[in-house]
Amino acid sequence: MNARVADLAPPLLFGLAVLALWEVGVRLLGVPAIILPAPSAIALRFASSTPTLAADFLQTIRGVLAGYAIGSGGGLLVAILIDRSPFLQRGLLPLGNFVSALPIVGVAPIMVMWFGFDWQSKAAVVVVMTFFPMLVNATVGLAGGAGSMERDLMKTYAADYSQTLRLLRLPAAGPFVFNALKINTTLAMIGAIVAEFFGTPTVGMGFRISTEVGHLSIDMVWATIVVAALTGSAFYALVTFIERRVTFWHASYRIREN
Amino acid sequence: MTLTQTPHAETTIEALHHVIEISDLSLRFETRDGPVQALSNIDLKVERGEFLSFIGPSGCGKTTLLRAIADLETPTSGALKVNGMSAHEARANRAYGYVFQAPALYPWRTVADNIALPLEIMGYPKFERDQRVAEGLELVNLAGFGKKYPWQLSGGMQQRASIARALSFDPELLLMDEPFGALDEIVRDMLNQQLLRLWDKTRKTVLFVTHSIPEAVFLSTRIVVMSPRPGRIQDIIETGFPRQRPLDIRETPEFLEVANRVRHGLRAGHSYDD
Amino acid sequence: MKNVLPVTIVLVALFALWYAAAALMNASLQEDMFANAGHTDYTTAELVAASLEMERPKLPAPHQIAAELYKLTIETAPTSKRGLVYHAAITLEETLIGFLFGAAFGIGLAVAIQSAPVLNRSMMPWIVASQTVPIIALAPMIVVILNQFDITGLAPKAVIAAYLSFFPITVGMVKGFRSPDPLQLDLMRTYSATRRQTFAKLRAPASAPYFFASMQIGAAAALVGAVVAEVTKSEDGGLGARLLAGSYYGQTVQIWAALFAATALSAALVGLIALAGRIVLHRMAFTR
Repeated sequence: MNARVADLAPPLLFGLAVLALWEVGVRLLGVPAIILPAPSAIALRFASSTPTLAADFLQTIRGVLAGYAIGSGGGLLVAILIDRSPFLQRGLLPLGNFVSALPIVGVAPIMVMWFGFDWQSKAAVVVVMTFFPMLVNATVGLAGGAGSMERDLMKTYAADYSQTLRLLRLPAAGPFVFNALKINTTLAMIGAIVAEFFGTPTVGMGFRISTEVGHLSIDMVWATIVVAALTGSAFYALVTFIERRVTFWHASYRIREN
Repeated sequence: MTLTQTPHAETTIEALHHVIEISDLSLRFETRDGPVQALSNIDLKVERGEFLSFIGPSGCGKTTLLRAIADLETPTSGALKVNGMSAHEARANRAYGYVFQAPALYPWRTVADNIALPLEIMGYPKFERDQRVAEGLELVNLAGFGKKYPWQLSGGMQQRASIARALSFDPELLLMDEPFGALDEIVRDMLNQQLLRLWDKTRKTVLFVTHSIPEAVFLSTRIVVMSPRPGRIQDIIETGFPRQRPLDIRETPEFLEVANRVRHGLRAGHSYDD
Repeated sequence: MKNVLPVTIVLVALFALWYAAAALMNASLQEDMFANAGHTDYTTAELVAASLEMERPKLPAPHQIAAELYKLTIETAPTSKRGLVYHAAITLEETLIGFLFGAAFGIGLAVAIQSAPVLNRSMMPWIVASQTVPIIALAPMIVVILNQFDITGLAPKAVIAAYLSFFPITVGMVKGFRSPDPLQLDLMRTYSATRRQTFAKLRAPASAPYFFASMQIGAAAALVGAVVAEVTKSEDGGLGARLLAGSYYGQTVQIWAALFAATALSAALVGLIALAGRIVLHRMAFTR
């Protein structure tokens, strides 16, 4: 237990120091609120505007979660479907890597055109953003997650394709799938928020940021950013927690970092 | 105790005893640096119930031969029969259990579930699976460790679990590819003894690949000495030791004679050359 | 190279699918247009052909996008605000400047974190945690704040590009500096090597693959940052501004053309870095 506390102390102290400096610096230097509000002002805004922030959160999270589920699920499904065709894998994998590096958020206006202004178009953007990282990771995991000895073992049992897939290759691909799931939490948040920059009904985190920025209500902008940051971290932490439960057996949990 | 080479006489009675028949087997790999003759004109007959070791340096083809018998590699020419069938049919009929150089246990399954893996694949009902798993754990002295995960066991214990796994569906043949190579000598000695006891109790036919001369001489009824470039059989030696043998047998002059003959065969096959 | 055939075939298949999808998606709209114009008897072939040539289609056909790209790049003067070259140049400038600063800062921070364990323990958890935060949400605010300081035009976008690229670069480089085997570090200790020597002779060269990988991610992130910043403040032009304009005025083909241009830019940047990486890593014998 003591080791864990000792690990948390330096970053916590650092964070608190930054907050303290921020608060004091803004007051001492008389920085105007439209440039940089003090943390206390942001906290006040947070408390007073909680209904609005909650509504924004609910709107955006719909797009995030729906897109995340469909995109990640779709990527995994396609990876399993092309598993039997090395030809398709060699064709799709380079494309998948390629697409992952592109500014996919640019499809937001197109999605708005197809799916309307509401959360569905945001979900669509997230689907496009999360599909390829999952496809690439799952394909690599299915191909290489299981070692050659483990696969030979299945051959000595005369196990058929679906038995080998279900009992060996899918569990062995677990770490890779969760790697993509973790990356996708961040991509989903970015996708939904940026998509809202391009047009949305009058609610949503991205909407709130872009409009409040126009009103120069920077404290509200910061409050929304805090919500976004908390949501992003919580989402990532949740997936990490589930990963630990499902892939408890992976070597990475047994290696102690120095 | 006589040290004679296996007679090649073929009688009908002998034919029934032959679990594996190999004649004129060759295997060539195509590699980026050109073709490699991994096996060249192998002739071998394996009798039921014997403990046969394959010994030789790396590149002599011993692992390749074992894998060919297991239908994990395909020969380029020659005949190979396991239990009277082709290697492919034998594999489909689950004729053998295979033990690799590493335990290759699935880390997301408990030890018991790992031993049950082949039984699940082959469709054994739950009651029978549980029974066989319990028997398997007893057999390799791992009773009580069934609920543990592989990484919680030592290397020696993991390898014992993989032997239990190989025997859980009661195959006639046990194919072992340098199973104790990664373990230290003390554990190795202990496992060698346990393996002999197990062999005596279950009456399986064991094919055992090793690069340790003492291990080969201690464990086997017959030793196949192989040499590289191209992979071929240099000599086949009958050890003539009794089925039950203590570790002390390694100090006896008969043991040393066999070991010397093995070494002689290796040298003759240029195994000690660079 | 053995991937060339499968990739080509997949691309061809995708093209065919695209055409089919375009025809299907635009068909109903095209039918309405026919009805409005009084056209009643038309063959399926005519319908398909027309839906692949619409001015405001739901899904433009590939040749329409290609034609628009051609029109906006080759046929329009590079300096014209109607052309893509002008806007692409703006975005590229923001991206490159932002990326260079972001990379310099990111690598510098990584070196600092590596040299001072106290910085490592206090800052690294925040930097890693910040990766889970959608930093891009800060973009509009940064643009506006900088405007208050009279920093307008290209600079705010470059700042956001820099900001987005430095995080992944820092994380990647720290990983790279920590990548040497403990055995190799022990060897350095037996030579009584100083921290600086160990860094220069072991950690820095060992981080080369991580360098190129994080540069690729950083460049792509910088581009995304520049494009999104332009959406926030579109008066100054750039490909993000074109995306927004196309979205406002319903100019579908324009949106797609701008998106393609941004994609091509990103691919070119990442590709150049990847190529440089392959050459350098090969000479450093890092190849498999």
